[in-house]
Amino acid sequence: MIFPLFDTIRISLYTQNLMGENMDNSSSVRAFIGLRNYYELFTNDNWSWHFWNALKNNTYFFLLHVSIQTPIGLLIAAFLSSKDLRFKHTYRTLIFLPAMMSIVIVGYLFNLILSNLWGIPQTILGVVGLEHIYQPWLGLKGPALITISLISIWQFVGIPMMLFYAALLNIPDEILDAAKIDGSGPMTTFWFVKFPLILPTVGLMVILTYVGNYNAFDLIFAMKSLYAGPEYSTDLMGTFFYRTFFGFQMQLGNPTMGATVASTTFGIILLGVLIYLFAFQQRVTRYQY
Amino acid sequence: MKKLLSITILFSFLFSIGNAFAGTVVIESWRNDDADAWNEKIIPAFNAKYPDIKVVFQTTIPNQYAASVSAKLEGGNAGDLITCIPFDQSLKLFNRGWLASLNGLSGLENYPQVAKDAWSTDDQSDIFCVPMASVSHGFMYNKDIFKELGLSIPKTESEFFSVLEKIKSDGNYTPLAIGTADTWAIATMGFQNIGPNYWQGEKGRKGIISGDEKFTDSHYIDLLKSLAKWGDYMASGYQAQTYPDSQNLFTLGDAAIYPTGSWEIFTFSQNADFEFSAFPPYKPDGQSECFVDDHTDIGIGMNAASKNPAESKIFLEWLTSAEFAEIFANEVPGFFPLHTHSINVNDPVAKEFISWKDDCATTIRNSVHIVGRGEPNLESVLWEVVSGVVNGTMSPEDAGAKAEASLANWYPPHQ
Repeated sequence: MIFPLFDTIRISLYTQNLMGENMDNSSSVRAFIGLRNYYELFTNDNWSWHFWNALKNNTYFFLLHVSIQTPIGLLIAAFLSSKDLRFKHTYRTLIFLPAMMSIVIVGYLFNLILSNLWGIPQTILGVVGLEHIYQPWLGLKGPALITISLISIWQFVGIPMMLFYAALLNIPDEILDAAKIDGSGPMTTFWFVKFPLILPTVGLMVILTYVGNYNAFDLIFAMKSLYAGPEYSTDLMGTFFYRTFFGFQMQLGNPTMGATVASTTFGIILLGVLIYLFAFQQRVTRYQY
Repeated sequence: MKKLLSITILFSFLFSIGNAFAGTVVIESWRNDDADAWNEKIIPAFNAKYPDIKVVFQTTIPNQYAASVSAKLEGGNAGDLITCIPFDQSLKLFNRGWLASLNGLSGLENYPQVAKDAWSTDDQSDIFCVPMASVSHGFMYNKDIFKELGLSIPKTESEFFSVLEKIKSDGNYTPLAIGTADTWAIATMGFQNIGPNYWQGEKGRKGIISGDEKFTDSHYIDLLKSLAKWGDYMASGYQAQTYPDSQNLFTLGDAAIYPTGSWEIFTFSQNADFEFSAFPPYKPDGQSECFVDDHTDIGIGMNAASKNPAESKIFLEWLTSAEFAEIFANEVPGFFPLHTHSINVNDPVAKEFISWKDDCATTIRNSVHIVGRGEPNLESVLWEVVSGVVNGTMSPEDAGAKAEASLANWYPPHQ
């Protein structure tokens, strides 16, 4: 676990001849250059544009997940945990099902569903006379990232749902009965009794989403290939790293710069987790039932 | 359970014995489309002459081939023969010492120098892959639709757009079957297709390498302007249309013209149930010379750590023969052998492609030799700007400036 991590950071301090020729004054293909790679990554236009673009897209990707996936997951969990709901096991299974599907299949499926030639939104919108609002969402610079985020949210909404559902079931009936006796309605009970009790789980979910999103790669790769088109508007840290490290098509891979990107991503994730640990986890009140 | 386990062990034994068996030559390739041709025609033809050498054709998914083959070579478990991507990807493998030098291999004299350039060091002192095949560009068209609408084959830019306009106003067919979701498709089958006619083939390609020509020159801007007009004639929502989508659109008979590479001939002739043919890239109005792209695309080299070097060399030497050239050209139509042998090709569309080379000068893609080397790589930048131009999100002038700037970033002749 630890060795590859530190070795990646070590490699990021080197440079390498891409054509595999030996570097000047040494017998090895790599040469030590200190923090030059990081300087290039943040300031040289050729790298920095891609870096900031990927970081910006990734942040957007994360914010969409947190602001849509978490509330929807919570809402579904709240419904499922209500005692009067019938067929709740069926719903639970159906909602969790996409999370168990292969991302490659999900990506392929949505590429087909949203296709400009054989897709279905045109037909569905046509039925209600709205076909003019159809756009090739996956191919337009602005909507492409939002569309892919929504697909990812749809696929993985089952995970926050499960976590919240388990947390809600853990709340002892005595507390809820006591709330009822005190005259609290369903809404008040949820927001003032249940929600504070599952707040640590909500925090946990946010940080899991954060780590998952900044490591995301597969859905973009499956749907948009490494070019993260159109014009890199769906590029995330993961795809940027892959392009840099392994190269693509005619571009030769640059392992040392790739290691720099990977280390930077690691730094970003570490920062987020530290903020979570100190600003949230240590302050939030936990209740023992 | 126990039974399953023992079967598994037995199988892994058998496989490891199979691999270690002397005289088995394994070919690494990305061409899974050609696997049948190799297994059923090419390798049996080789075995008819050399029955003792067993040859296995092993493929990897095309877009992961470069990464996977170099990882295998580094790890020491790659096959004996390595199918070579042209230019730098393979040069890198050679420089790392993973590909063997093939200097002195008999049969190499059967190739023109331009074919060998793709797999030689810059000073041409070493050659490390046997050239195998090239691909060409042009436009395929649905003959039935052309007949139905009374269209004739366009030769110049204005004729081309008037044909597109007629198909569009008829309204039953998509004029151009291509999308921009796969940026390589529009750049390769658009820009590199008609490009040589605009930059005068080899003259322009060498001009970019020497720095005498720039992507901001007027003929490059004209070329990009011409491509910018394509968008009007593509299927609605072409921004999300992928390469397989375009292939299906054409083979289903819903589109009239398909900007193409000759490699499609093979799959299209199996899938399309209408007659199709091809016409050469259109020329700017008023130009008389024509140029076609004849890109060196596939070579085959030898793993320096091969356990069967003698057998591998025999196979490579056989690849230089007229016998192989003829089988390959006919089994994999659309890939044209780079040999100087004169051979017979039976496929009519492949024949059509080859016939252009009689009247037009040939060249290779302008973005790969030497200028394809730096960071950012010119090829990738072209993919990005060409799709931007066709999408209408980038002006031809900005696209030219961006390509030029990326080259100036690392390539001294352009600084």
